[in-house]
Amino acid sequence: MTALDMWTYGVVGATFALYIGIAIWARAGTTGEFYVAGGGIHPVANGMATAADWMSAASFISMAGLIAFNGYGASVFLMGWTGGYVLLALLLAPYLRKFGKFTVPEFIGDRYYSQSARIVAVVCLILASITYVIGQMKGIGVAFSRFLEVPYDVGLYIGMGIVAVYAVLGGMKGITYTQIAQYVVLIFAYTVPAVFISLNLTGNPVPQIGLGGEYVQNGVASGMTLLDKLDLVVTELGFKEYTTQVMGSSLNMFVYTLSLMIGTAGLPHVIIRFFTVPKVRDARYSAGWALVFIALLYTTAPAVGAMARLNLMDTIQIGPVGAEDGNLVYDERPSWFKKWEETGLLQYEDKNGDGRIQYYDDKNPAFADKAESFGWKGNEMVKVDNDIMVLANPEIAGLPAWVIALVVAGGLAAALSTAAGLLLAISSAISHDLLKGVFAKGISEKAELNAGRLSMIVAILVAGYLGLNPPGFAAGTVAIAFGLAASSIFPALMLGIFAKKMNRAGAIAGMISGITVTLLYVFQHKGIFFVPGTEFLMPEMGMGPDWFFGISPNAFGAVGALVNFIVAILVSKVTAPPPEHIQHLVEDVRVPGGAGAAVGH
Amino acid sequence: MTPENRAGYWKANLSLLTILLIIWFIVSYGFGILLVEPLNAIKLGGYPLGFWFAQQGSIYVFLVLIFVYAATMNKLDKKYDVDED
Repeated sequence: MTALDMWTYGVVGATFALYIGIAIWARAGTTGEFYVAGGGIHPVANGMATAADWMSAASFISMAGLIAFNGYGASVFLMGWTGGYVLLALLLAPYLRKFGKFTVPEFIGDRYYSQSARIVAVVCLILASITYVIGQMKGIGVAFSRFLEVPYDVGLYIGMGIVAVYAVLGGMKGITYTQIAQYVVLIFAYTVPAVFISLNLTGNPVPQIGLGGEYVQNGVASGMTLLDKLDLVVTELGFKEYTTQVMGSSLNMFVYTLSLMIGTAGLPHVIIRFFTVPKVRDARYSAGWALVFIALLYTTAPAVGAMARLNLMDTIQIGPVGAEDGNLVYDERPSWFKKWEETGLLQYEDKNGDGRIQYYDDKNPAFADKAESFGWKGNEMVKVDNDIMVLANPEIAGLPAWVIALVVAGGLAAALSTAAGLLLAISSAISHDLLKGVFAKGISEKAELNAGRLSMIVAILVAGYLGLNPPGFAAGTVAIAFGLAASSIFPALMLGIFAKKMNRAGAIAGMISGITVTLLYVFQHKGIFFVPGTEFLMPEMGMGPDWFFGISPNAFGAVGALVNFIVAILVSKVTAPPPEHIQHLVEDVRVPGGAGAAVGH
Repeated sequence: MTPENRAGYWKANLSLLTILLIIWFIVSYGFGILLVEPLNAIKLGGYPLGFWFAQQGSIYVFLVLIFVYAATMNKLDKKYDVDED
């Protein structure tokens, strides 16, 4: 066992012991504790738990890589996944907290006086959450198999076991306190390597400032900003300029950002976190605190992405572009390079047989002649996985073993905390909305609590099974989870609060048409239920890839939401208005004052 | 908590929302996407300004917006006598 292994086992083991310790301390005794942690969580603590709940394996492991390779284009993720909190704080969280129930479908069912609406909401919630949780399960398995040399499936079982202990025992109460611990682990793991790398490259320990600082090469100021240097390095090799490359088009970026923002605000596992604070006022502040803790990572990520990209380019392109000895000799590649080749995240192919590595954009026609004249026969880094940017970052920067161990623990914390939040959203929708709300109304609180625990166990087993046998649609996770939340849940909630006359028929018609339009567009591009070969793009009828104004399927949720809003409003205009007591309910959720005030009429 | 109070409170809330959401839109969609090219001609330290808004600035503004909202709403709660205590 190497020193790195010992550190990794030590740090991961210690964090797991901490989570189990918290689980035993924070057991849930009532349904209130199981669903909303008893409703007594301090707004700052809830903000921290929300941040961990929200930031998934994708935020922690993949996002910096997305930024590294998409440059400015990746701004859609940065703005989309943070700007949604403004919508959540201003348009939903305080009112849903005032409503004061346990689940999101419960609000929809009560507000639209309809069991059908409640069931539609449960279905949307389960679909969105299940696809999302598969990604977390895969993240757990991958982290184990890459760093601890534990087989993927064993890693997955360990992760399932840990989540089961604290989620089943403690419900929302156990999850809240473990998420707080997991936030501390993950933010430490993310920022420590970032500080070291920023120091290396810019001499400034604050990554957010370093990214806008001067590039320092081997301790000597270069007289050039880091971003200018990066733009230069990538464009010299035919890649798009880092600070200006767009994702699709400006319009696509606009709609993509909007879809992610609306989707973020409509994700049930995030919304239910705001049911755990004591007051409406706390819900408002808590959303702000959540964004503070999220912003710590999200403003660091652009620096990690840019700096890791520069490091990677510099590692391979060691001299002037086109010079005979300008490229790294493959046999002299650093040890981290070898290690990540073994995992398949990096792949090299010596296309021109010179034993050196050429890493450039061979799909850029403007660069083709130049490459030809250098004797290059195509890009030889045939695979550079996004995830490498965070996972290999500490090694690329030559950081000590304990930092690498910390990154492993951080990735696991991010995956576990999000998985637990999602599993709670799923199990409460089953035990509270379906069982207590529809099928077995008379059950006692104790029976409901047991049902909650049982559905949690079932949800964990299903998620684990899907993590072991990822269905074809796992790749479409992001599109589906955000598309569903944006096109169904967000509009129904927002109209429920801001449009007093919105009625049952309007809400149901809106939700169904929003989802349908979004799913059709996604399926048209990626196959019906993501079954390969069932795509039905029709270029001859003007329906080629991204045919709708060049909008990509992942960005389509905002269009679905717009359809939802329009259909809901039109249908509600031509059908009977909601009953008097529902309009009173809406007036009541609009003010923070107690329930007794509703009789003021 | 009179009906007039509630109506005034809701109106005040909606105008606050409108102002904050306009700022929310301008910093992200406006400065970060639609106007990014002209803004990039201006430098903020080593950052092109449009790029900075897209990857840093908009997030800081979002934070300020939520806390301003929370503080202003608390005042409105008291002013219109609709608070929880």
